[in-house]
Amino acid sequence: MIQIQIILVFMIIAAAIAIGTADLLGSVVAIGAVGLGLSIVFLLLQSPDLAILQLVVEILSLVIIIRAVGIKDKVNVRERRFIATTISIILMGIFLTFANIALLEIPGFGTPIMKIGSEYLKNGFVQTGVPNIVSAIILDYRAFDMLAQVSIAFASIIAVLMIIRKKVYKEKQ
Amino acid sequence: MIKKPEQGMTIIVKTITRYTVVLILLFGIYFIMNGHLVHGGGFAGGIIVALSYMHVMLAFGKEVAMKRITDKTIQFLVGLGSLSFLILGILGMTKGYFMYNFFRTPGVDYIGKPFSLFSSGIMPLMNLAICLAVASGFFSVFLALIFYRLSEDKK
Repeated sequence: MIQIQIILVFMIIAAAIAIGTADLLGSVVAIGAVGLGLSIVFLLLQSPDLAILQLVVEILSLVIIIRAVGIKDKVNVRERRFIATTISIILMGIFLTFANIALLEIPGFGTPIMKIGSEYLKNGFVQTGVPNIVSAIILDYRAFDMLAQVSIAFASIIAVLMIIRKKVYKEKQ
Repeated sequence: MIKKPEQGMTIIVKTITRYTVVLILLFGIYFIMNGHLVHGGGFAGGIIVALSYMHVMLAFGKEVAMKRITDKTIQFLVGLGSLSFLILGILGMTKGYFMYNFFRTPGVDYIGKPFSLFSSGIMPLMNLAICLAVASGFFSVFLALIFYRLSEDKK
């Protein structure tokens, strides 16, 4: 466990540097260091699937963030919109209240030990015939979660495209 | 591609890119096709495929890469990937319930032969659908950032 603690200290230092530096590009590189440390932590905790995914997503987000930093967008948000702010704060408060109620209902962290996981590990290979048990869980037992995940990725991509396209359209006029 | 020195990066980068980009693309396809056998899966494989296209675009410039794949195609592929995942779930309702593995014969435990490439029913197809949605989606975000930058430079 001492390796994980060393990497965690490294990640905290890198995150502090990412906030503190005045240079935007140096901040982006520090964020990449945090993601690399997280990938190694996943590998030490014996989940190579997540380690691969974290490493690949980190590279992609580094490329995209460097592209976005190069734009040098100088937008100053000075105006204050009281109605929109109060409505969003009230909605956020309602969401947090219901999330707190829902969190109190579920059982505590780690109890009962491996109630669902042991079932998956016992019957997973026989029922699905898939050697990779992570794939069997996310694509067969929890396929509905995967559908939500794909739709979240789709919605976020559409939102990013919509925001960026609007700026380009305004400049053309 | 290499005969236009004014676009993209230097000739060293272009020469190395010509040899490595195929390997990166093949690595992503290997992740997708073997997502149910080894570690990997559709999400990681899709991002690797998107990274290989970004590699071409960064090294050779915008015009050369947009000749291979146009933005209309990418918009079509984003919708196709997300919709085909949903359609695979709905097709399961013909045999049982939503997201049912409809290649399964009742009473038999394994689907296909375990540890072989063509096994486990709809899981490789689901990996393929996730790959289409993720790869074309993240590549389209990258494309949008490049187009925005070009429009600002002209001003």
